[in-house]
Amino acid sequence: MAAERPVLELDRVTGGYGGAEVIHDVSITLGRSEIVTLIGPNGAGKSSAMNAVLGTLFIGSGRVRLEGEDITGTPSEQVVRRGVCYVPQTANVFPNLTVNENLEMGAYIRTDDFRPRMEEMYELFPPLAKRRRDPAGALSGGQRQMVAIAKALMVDPVVLLLDEPTAGLSPRFRGEIFAVVRDINASGTPILMVEQNARQALGIADRGYVLVDGRNRVDGTGAGLLADPDVGAMFLGGGSTGPAPGPDFGGPPGGAPAAPAAPPAPVPAPGAGEKRR
Amino acid sequence: MEFVNFHLIPGLVLGSIYALGAIGVTLTFGILRFANFAHGETMTLGAYLTLTLVLLAGWHPLLFLPVAMALTALFVLGMDRVFFRPLRRAPTIILVISSFGLMLMVRSLVQVVWGVKLQSFSKGIALPWVFFDSLRVFPKHVVIAAAALALMLGVHVLLRHTRTGKAMRAMSDSPELARLTGIDTERVIRATWIVGAGLAAAAGIFLAYDTHVETLMGFKMLLPVFAAALLGGIGRPYGAMAGGLVIGVVEELSTYAWIGSEPLLPPGYKAGVAFAIMVAMLIWRPSGLFRGRVF
Repeated sequence: MAAERPVLELDRVTGGYGGAEVIHDVSITLGRSEIVTLIGPNGAGKSSAMNAVLGTLFIGSGRVRLEGEDITGTPSEQVVRRGVCYVPQTANVFPNLTVNENLEMGAYIRTDDFRPRMEEMYELFPPLAKRRRDPAGALSGGQRQMVAIAKALMVDPVVLLLDEPTAGLSPRFRGEIFAVVRDINASGTPILMVEQNARQALGIADRGYVLVDGRNRVDGTGAGLLADPDVGAMFLGGGSTGPAPGPDFGGPPGGAPAAPAAPPAPVPAPGAGEKRR
Repeated sequence: MEFVNFHLIPGLVLGSIYALGAIGVTLTFGILRFANFAHGETMTLGAYLTLTLVLLAGWHPLLFLPVAMALTALFVLGMDRVFFRPLRRAPTIILVISSFGLMLMVRSLVQVVWGVKLQSFSKGIALPWVFFDSLRVFPKHVVIAAAALALMLGVHVLLRHTRTGKAMRAMSDSPELARLTGIDTERVIRATWIVGAGLAAAAGIFLAYDTHVETLMGFKMLLPVFAAALLGGIGRPYGAMAGGLVIGVVEELSTYAWIGSEPLLPPGYKAGVAFAIMVAMLIWRPSGLFRGRVF
């Protein structure tokens, strides 16, 4: 990407919740045609960086810009109305509403007819088309995730924020979701994505940022980070390659992440390791 | 026939009145996340506003139903603006206590304005229609049941087929996600108050039309109405409708002479039935019949 203006930019953002700072001087840019992924261990501040955009993180210093405009500290309702669409990791659909109704709610801020867009979504996610009249809560985890993404896309977002879109999904569904993420991006939507499945995420991302302890640690192209031996050793489970799911950074409690063939990747303790930036 | 005439029919009528009240309670609980104790007084207010209109214009009370519902909704919107809106992000218990305070304030207001005397919409005795020489149905009961059914159908259409209704259900599912979806949550809250207060006013008017107007009528309905909302599952409008009917019918049937010639329960203990059902539900099935929310 050339020196085009980034569509979304975090510029040395420091912030936290209720006094405790959780991210420090974090800088992230998202170009107009990019998929950018944030990876790092649990508690590294990946979701908090997203919350900084959504106005749900208290920002002490630094700026957040959307298409060059300062949106630092703007409440989430207004950020959403500016076209930043966010898919939370959990509770991201309305379980008692049908799939159709979920998509209709996704289009709540649209003033024109949303139905053509809804049909596009059913073309993008064919499994949903058969279940449009079922309550979203009755769907499988993977299909619910599709509803959540489709719901966010109902407004033709300026930016799509995905918080761990594949968390808790089977490998098959993970692959499907990643494929869809790439399709959405190919049709012109910039995507910022937090991911636990670092290997697959980096595989489809244009660029990635590794956050550790609420700070930028490394960044680079997706391929570059995949090839980086340090990143590999830290987050990608040694030299294991192939389609097998990469080891999760801890994964959700109670989950059973597939054990990597290689010895478990050492998760850096807080404060361990030198800063590379 | 005594069973049908004096227990089953009055039970269904009372049940449909409870159902109207319970829908408001369950919607408020689902969307604003607190048990609104002032809901009973909303019913009382609806009945008294109608009484005034009847005394002024002298028409049939049910002709004023839409006007009284609208006025009550307006009053409740004002209540929300002044009392509940500043507490929007406060813990639930603060909202509950506030609604309790409002309950006392509104009741006193009604007593100051209208007095504490028992009053009624119309004087005189109504004669029932008689079918097959034994089935006796009071016209007012038919009117109340039909109007209540029509209002419930209206709620159904609103919740299933309008954007605002769907947004209400969405917010009942998850207020957080509703905000992140760009749903205008304040607008949804206003709609909730309008629907809840309108139906509460209707419930109060129907009860007053069936019996009489008094300042404690709403408070007396609060317990069965809460029980109905809980029975149906908190946050479940259709459950509230079913719960209301069940509580109404069971209350009336509890005084039928099931064994021997004495009423099973002395009529004075009728109110205890709703309470018993509520306690039993809380112990054995707190999510209600329709799998509502559990707090």
